[in-house]
Amino acid sequence: MSPIPAIESIYIPTLAWISKVETMTAMEKMFTIELPRGQSLGHKPGQFVEVSLFGIGEAPISISSSPSRSNGKFELCVRKVGDVTTALHNLDEGARIGVRGPFGSGFPVEQFEGRDILFAPGGLGLAPARSVINQVLDQRAKYGRVILLYGAKTPGELLFKDELQTWGKRNDVEFHVTVDRGDKEWIGNVGVITTLFPKITVNPRNTIAITVGPPVMYRFVIMELLGKGIPEDQIWVSLERRMKCGVGKCGHCQIDHFYCCQHGPAFNYAQIKGVMEAI
Amino acid sequence: MSLKIINKEDLLPFVSNMLREYEVLGPVANDTGFKFAALTDAAQVRLDYNTTILPPRKALLPTQETLFTFRTDMPSVTPAFDMRWRVLFGVHTCDLHAMRMLDEVFARGNPDAHYMKRRATTAIVSVECLEACDEHSFCKSMNTLTATSGFDLHLIGLGDFYAVDVGTTAGDALLENHCKSHEATRPELVLLDKTMSAKWAKFPSRLSLEGKDLPALMGISYKSPVWEEIGVRCFGCGACNIVCPTCYCFDVRDEVSLDGKTGERSRIWDSCQLDEFARVGTGENFRKTHAQRLRHRFMRKGKYIAEAYPGQQGCVGCGRCARACLVDITPVGVWNALHKAHAM
Repeated sequence: MSPIPAIESIYIPTLAWISKVETMTAMEKMFTIELPRGQSLGHKPGQFVEVSLFGIGEAPISISSSPSRSNGKFELCVRKVGDVTTALHNLDEGARIGVRGPFGSGFPVEQFEGRDILFAPGGLGLAPARSVINQVLDQRAKYGRVILLYGAKTPGELLFKDELQTWGKRNDVEFHVTVDRGDKEWIGNVGVITTLFPKITVNPRNTIAITVGPPVMYRFVIMELLGKGIPEDQIWVSLERRMKCGVGKCGHCQIDHFYCCQHGPAFNYAQIKGVMEAI
Repeated sequence: MSLKIINKEDLLPFVSNMLREYEVLGPVANDTGFKFAALTDAAQVRLDYNTTILPPRKALLPTQETLFTFRTDMPSVTPAFDMRWRVLFGVHTCDLHAMRMLDEVFARGNPDAHYMKRRATTAIVSVECLEACDEHSFCKSMNTLTATSGFDLHLIGLGDFYAVDVGTTAGDALLENHCKSHEATRPELVLLDKTMSAKWAKFPSRLSLEGKDLPALMGISYKSPVWEEIGVRCFGCGACNIVCPTCYCFDVRDEVSLDGKTGERSRIWDSCQLDEFARVGTGENFRKTHAQRLRHRFMRKGKYIAEAYPGQQGCVGCGRCARACLVDITPVGVWNALHKAHAM
């Protein structure tokens, strides 16, 4: 027995509300979330939040918006795959949700200043990658070349289509997009994301690569990046795991000795290279 | 802190006196053996118990625990804390070491108020084992067959009396206010030393290596064929996790009242041996096979915890998982096999 510690529960969500809902694809919607009293989430690119729907449950969702564009709001691009995300898709503007976080390590963008940045997100991986992409683009002068390679399965599954167009038009972004399978209207590149790599040249010593996507994509993209001579500790990924509590207790997201919710979800390849079950 | 003596006939009155003020959980007999349960009568306590199926961690981390209640109609959230004063009586030292580890896990990093508040209102009275409980325990190998901290009071049976190691000021007050005791005399101290020395020989070292060398052994065992060998036998039932005093992984669930207006979010015990444990929303399962899940469990027990929390152990050698396993997958068997394979 000892004095009862006067600490608050780390599992209590803050009540927030959905201020905007946009349908992006058949499976993904974008939610703009506002916290009470205009408070800022104060996140770093690559972090995530736990989204609560009371009575349904909680799910970890990566933050899609960059800190540079927070304005007291943040954005979540959510694929409808489970109980919480399906229920979230049924909500309208004005609905109340719970939010905990931000959690996780995020990408250390300050350390990337002065470097060339190569982004290679695949599919829904653009959702977390967008938080870093826009952070870098909003402070464009701090970085060297910006190369952006993006792949999706079909043209209909491309996310953030308006932004893709904007990025494609910028002359300070080298932008390449591909789809695994085209359709009647698609006139761009067809093939998996690795088919974009022959189109680019990099200065490997000065390049930071950030790739976010499904597990199978990592193996091939990392092989390409290493093949271009980019050192292991300059290749960054964001790993998806079942981050149930977000605070390093529940055990679900553990990868070897790492807790994905604490040490990650952003890792550099040198950290996880020898770790079984990581990639 | 200090060493007191209580007469054996004063033990039941001690428990009775505590029961008037606190909930007291202690080992009681049931149909198949013993379990920790809330006492209704001091006479139920069985300090001669060998082991329990479930560890006393259930008093600190209940099988289901409400984290908060909520309203769905006009969203509001109210945290739930369990701060009843209680005494956990008759804890063996293996479980004591496990609870010390839990204390650190839930206090470090992001402190867990639910655990810490409950822990603060719980006094632990532990008891020294003077004989090994059965053929499955290996507390001597794990260096948990005695303890010098983690308890408020620690009892050591010495024939007609108990030596009481007072570990905290709260323990001192608990004893002072509820039991007759006196300072240990010289002959009592001599008997205590003799008893403690004599007990070591009665415990077998069942591991072929010392517990402190497990992290190094596990570090070279990732690719061992042992994982596939035991993976073929494992049913993935999760019993090993449920009976383990050092397992603390949990799942979180919402439950809603019939009218849908109120509900609660709770955490419940979970098991890394279950198929769903590492599966994410998109369907990907990061530990698909029994072999991967067993390796993960044994790595946690032998390596990850010890490395993440220096001075703590992920396994305390209580033997409960070995007793519970339907297909005889045991820590002693697995670790000795790995040790033999690597001929360290």
